[in-house]
Amino acid sequence: MVTTDKPVYKVIGTRPIRPDGIDKVTGRAIYGADIRQPGMLYGRVKRSPHAHAIIKRINTEKAAALKGVHAIVTAQDFGADVASLPDVSKNLLAGDKVLYRGHAIAAVAATTDLIARQACDLIEVEYEILEPALDVREAMLPGAPLLHPNQRTRTPAGPSENPSNTVAQVAVAFGDVDKGFAECDVIVEGEFKTRMVHQGYIEPQSATAMWNPDGQITVWTCTQGSFPARQTLSQVLNHPVSKIKVVPTEIGGGFGGKISIYLEPVAALLSKKAFRPVKITMDRADVFEGTGPTPGTSIKAKLGATKDGKFRAFYADLAYENGAFPGSAANYATMCITAGYDIEHVKLDAYDVVVNKPRTQDYRAPSSPAASFAMEQLIDEMAQKLGKDVEELRLQNVCREGTRGPMGMPHRAPGHEETLQAAKASAHYNSPLEGPNRGRGTASGFWFNVGLRSSVSVSVFPDGTVSLIEGSTDIGGTRASLAMQLAETLGIAYEDVKPEVVDTDSVGYNDVTAGSRVTFGTGMAVHEAGKNLAKEMAARLAPTWSVTPDDIEFADGVFKTKDGSKSGNFKEIAQAVVGRGPGLTVSGSVNAGFLQGGGFAHAIVDVEVDPETGKVTILKYTAVQDAGTAIHPAYVEGQMQGGAVQGIGWALNEEYYYDDSGRMANSSYLDYRIPTTLDVPMIGTIIVETPNPLHPFGVRGVGEPGIVPPLAAIANAVSHATGVRQTQLPMNPGRILETTRGK
Amino acid sequence: MSKRIVSATVNGEPMEFLAEPYETLLEVLRNEVGLTGSKEGCGNGNCGACNVVLNGSLVNSCCVLGVEANGGTIETIEGVAQGDHLHPLQQKFLEEAALQCGICTPGFIVAAKALLEAEPNADEDRIRHWLAGNLCRCTGYDKIVRAVLDAADEMRQTAGAR
Repeated sequence: MVTTDKPVYKVIGTRPIRPDGIDKVTGRAIYGADIRQPGMLYGRVKRSPHAHAIIKRINTEKAAALKGVHAIVTAQDFGADVASLPDVSKNLLAGDKVLYRGHAIAAVAATTDLIARQACDLIEVEYEILEPALDVREAMLPGAPLLHPNQRTRTPAGPSENPSNTVAQVAVAFGDVDKGFAECDVIVEGEFKTRMVHQGYIEPQSATAMWNPDGQITVWTCTQGSFPARQTLSQVLNHPVSKIKVVPTEIGGGFGGKISIYLEPVAALLSKKAFRPVKITMDRADVFEGTGPTPGTSIKAKLGATKDGKFRAFYADLAYENGAFPGSAANYATMCITAGYDIEHVKLDAYDVVVNKPRTQDYRAPSSPAASFAMEQLIDEMAQKLGKDVEELRLQNVCREGTRGPMGMPHRAPGHEETLQAAKASAHYNSPLEGPNRGRGTASGFWFNVGLRSSVSVSVFPDGTVSLIEGSTDIGGTRASLAMQLAETLGIAYEDVKPEVVDTDSVGYNDVTAGSRVTFGTGMAVHEAGKNLAKEMAARLAPTWSVTPDDIEFADGVFKTKDGSKSGNFKEIAQAVVGRGPGLTVSGSVNAGFLQGGGFAHAIVDVEVDPETGKVTILKYTAVQDAGTAIHPAYVEGQMQGGAVQGIGWALNEEYYYDDSGRMANSSYLDYRIPTTLDVPMIGTIIVETPNPLHPFGVRGVGEPGIVPPLAAIANAVSHATGVRQTQLPMNPGRILETTRGK
Repeated sequence: MSKRIVSATVNGEPMEFLAEPYETLLEVLRNEVGLTGSKEGCGNGNCGACNVVLNGSLVNSCCVLGVEANGGTIETIEGVAQGDHLHPLQQKFLEEAALQCGICTPGFIVAAKALLEAEPNADEDRIRHWLAGNLCRCTGYDKIVRAVLDAADEMRQTAGAR
């Protein structure tokens, strides 16, 4: 670990066992599909076999007549009053048009899963098939098949005159890019393409709903955000938010793909009709075809520098697929693509484009990996042209305190320089790489910390330990990282904090577990609650010590009077105050803003390319990342390693493979092959700690940045191994042979 | 079709349960027997989250029919710990943070246990080959492979001390 000055912590930085661990290694933990309710029915969703078609007619008569079928719903069951979230409801159940293969059309609840499937087959749908728009650049052209015939492009100059699949054009400009390029001695440019890929969480979506006759709805679901799920349910069902309770189960991965909801309102509508609880669980093909992949992209980029290596100008034209409905990935890309560097003249044109593919969703640092794939390859090429060490070149141009950062705001303690220095000093970077067909590549990547809203409550047990009640989905160890922050705040042992994730009726509002925000943002709420608790305990303690609360100080887990005459540690005081007094519960709530600073990750990777088969083997991989302060280093490493391997899959193998009709041809794990144990080596980690000034313990969110560098780092390594620049993903054997043939 | 009675020994306990002839062992274990520790990630043998040991062999329980277990023995994740004594694999997975979301963990532990019982000296290469049928999307496998190596080490020491 590379650590700059930081305070001495007792709990933070240790590696305790997570509180939910035993349930998860013994099979007792309850995930989405493990829910069973008395009298529960099984739901199934009927999906479109076409990528683009008008629904002329839906006939459910035969399905309804099947024995065991209790309810059938279509888009009509949402009622007319869904204006607040029209795209969401149209994605939940298509109304008059299907926009991608796998688009949900109807759903059935029956006594068994088999009957529900049979009933789906009996639902008759008459389609008028339309030509699909599948390629992001072609979809932007006039005359392309239109998904939404009334959609105008939002541009800086107002809405476009003609309808278009381009949802929005974002234009960003700093300085004078033409002047900047004119000052450059060396210019490198290229067009880079990445394919649509899936988050690939192992647990398919599953939701169970019970709509009581009194209007109370309970939903059990594996979501990244139970409160936002409740809000969406309220809006699409036009039902009071206070009459909806979302009970989060354990969640089997999400990576952004379980922020949006798919099944919950449908299960609720089925339950309303059937008067019984209804569970719907997707199968793997449903997950691939019906839930959020991340956009495929086409990025044309150009970087200019002076002959001594100073970056002067950068231009990029970035087109991001949104899938079937508008989104905002390209906007984030404009904030990330130059975030790591100090470049005076920058111009970016970004386009969000709808195509006949599933509605895209966030996937770990959404938009940034593709942006890095372009930027960091240009930097690698620039270093080659200038004859410079690439890490030196990055350091020469690195962003620092006060450099213009994302959205034009100045960077605060960005940490990229420290991350690069750690990479440059690493044993891996300084080791020789020998042998034919081998290459080493490096790359950097940025992603934000999202702050948003979090709320926790803390109660004191009579024995002086505390509970920590939270509403942030724990997707990879945050019960531990939050309990550690509370223990540190209160000066007690990790084991004396008992964290629990509860339903939406039982704690204040919490935004999604996303944006690398739980250890960061909910961590702030935990710190706040800890401070509030100490203050309340001091107030209750004061009369027994015959002093005023202001006379009591709390530090390092000890309450003491200012004159030092009386003192006691947290546990002793808690036992005294709560053991004999009234109960004690406090809360901590924050709104930590939206995009708050962020963090940098870096990758060093060695590959070997088989010249005969085109197969790329990852020989060695080192992930370097600034964690600000690593609360639980083992889980920080885990995020880095997990992000790295997802990036390896994205770089080398994964893609949505479509035929011309818009049918995904690889909607199984056999054909959409994510990395296995055999595809990757051990993933080395170097945690850099440049404390984040925005967080009481200096935390930076660590969930996302790790997936950003690998695409470009591997492409750079392959380029060095083969002598051919790799501008398209995935770099599977076919593509490698295609690009290196005849060389 | 009507349900069949299946007699089998599940985690050391003889029991009878009903299974439709078309139901997979995974569905029967989860829905009839009530053991939901085995997970469905793919339904076609690609991911290993449903791994159980049937008659001494590691199988994807989503690719076996429930009625095929009649007269047999089934070991699931719920039978890996002995009372309050966790198996070394379970202990190492906890200590070494070898799980994040945990959905694949039961399959990995059942599969790794089957390997180490047959091949106590399995090295990293062998472990990576054996576990290639178990998908994990969170960890990048590093900490899983290390936990299995360390559990193997501990199991060898325990066996040697006997």
